[in-house]
Amino acid sequence: MPRSKEVFWWSLFSAGGVVSAFFFPATIIITGLAVTLGWVTAEDLHALVQNPLVRLYLFVLISLPLFHAAHRLSHLTIDLGLAHARRPSAIVCYGAAIVGTLLAAVGVITGL
Amino acid sequence: MADENAILEVFRYQPDQKSEPTFQRYEVPFHEEWVVLDALNYIKDHLDGTLSYRWSCRMGICGSCGMMVNGDPKLTCSVFLRDYHPQVMRVEPLRGFPVIRDLVIDLDDFMNKMTEVKAWMIPKEERSIEQGEYLQSPAQLARYRQYSTCINCTLCYAACPVYGRHTEFVGPAAIALAQRYNMDSRDGGYEERAETLFDEHGVWMCTFVGDCSRVCPKNVDPAAAIQQAKVSATKDFYRSLVPWGKRRTET
Repeated sequence: MPRSKEVFWWSLFSAGGVVSAFFFPATIIITGLAVTLGWVTAEDLHALVQNPLVRLYLFVLISLPLFHAAHRLSHLTIDLGLAHARRPSAIVCYGAAIVGTLLAAVGVITGL
Repeated sequence: MADENAILEVFRYQPDQKSEPTFQRYEVPFHEEWVVLDALNYIKDHLDGTLSYRWSCRMGICGSCGMMVNGDPKLTCSVFLRDYHPQVMRVEPLRGFPVIRDLVIDLDDFMNKMTEVKAWMIPKEERSIEQGEYLQSPAQLARYRQYSTCINCTLCYAACPVYGRHTEFVGPAAIALAQRYNMDSRDGGYEERAETLFDEHGVWMCTFVGDCSRVCPKNVDPAAAIQQAKVSATKDFYRSLVPWGKRRTET
C-alpha cells in the first residue's frame, strides 16, 4: 500500500498532464483556429456546448490541468530548496485548483 | 611522448592537515587516448602520491571512479582528456556526498538506502534446489533488464537536484533498483519495499528533472523507473478504494 497522501495529488497531476498534452491542442484548434478560419461558426460552438457530454469534457479540460499546474508549482519549493515553504505553497496551489474546479463545475452546470 | 601538457585542477581535502578544501593544479602529458583517470593515475604515480581517489576496473563496469569533471558527474575512466583539452579540467568529488579525503566520498548514505529499499531478490515462492531454477521468459526479462544494468556509481545522485538539497530522498539508483526487482516476475517483495519507496521521502520527492538519466553511464534511465513506480503506487491506491480492487502481486 502507498504510504503517502501524495499519491492522490500525483494522480491528479498525472491525469492533468495527459489532458493538457492530448486535448488542449485539439480544443485550441477548434475554439481558436476553426472559428477564425470559418470552418465552424460561433453559433455551432454554442450549440455544441449545450450537449452534456461536451460540458463534462470542458469540466475535465479545466479542472485536471489546474491540479497539474498546482502540483508542479508547489513542487518548485523542493527544486528551489524552500522546504519550509512546502506546506503553505501546497495549500495555496491546491486550494486554487480546488476553487477553479468548483467554479468550473458551477459554470458547466449552470451554463455560464 | 606527448609534446604538450593537459592541466587539471584537482580538489584536495586532507582533514588531518587542513580543515578547508583547496584546489591543486597539476600538469600531465596530453595523450589523445588518455582518459581523465589516466591523468589522475599519472599524478599519483609521478607527481603527488598523496592524492586519494577510488578506481578499479578502468572500463566502466565497477562504478568506483565517478567524479565531477568541470561540474558534470562522470566516470573518469570513460571521459577523455581530448574531450576537454586545452580547457583546464576541474576534478572534484561527486556533489551531494560528504567528502572523506580528496576525491573520496562517503557512500554510507547510499548503501543504507539500498538496504532500506531492499534492492535484492525476495522470491515470490521459495524453491528447493531439487525443484530447479526460477524460470523466466525473455519477455519477462526484458521488462526490468534496463534497470538491472546499474553499477551503483552514484553519478545520478550527484546530478539529482532534489538529493542535493534533501539527502533524505531515497534517490534515483536505489529507486531504479527497487523497481528492477518489483518488475521481476520471480520477485514477491513489492509490499516490503513499498514502505520506503512510497513514503514521503520516496518516489514522490522526485520532481522529474531527469538529469539522473542524462548522466547515467549505463543508460539505466532512473527517471523512467521512478515515474513507473509512481504509476504502480497510484494504481494500487485506487484499487484499494474499490471493494473489487484486487491487491497487486506484480507490477
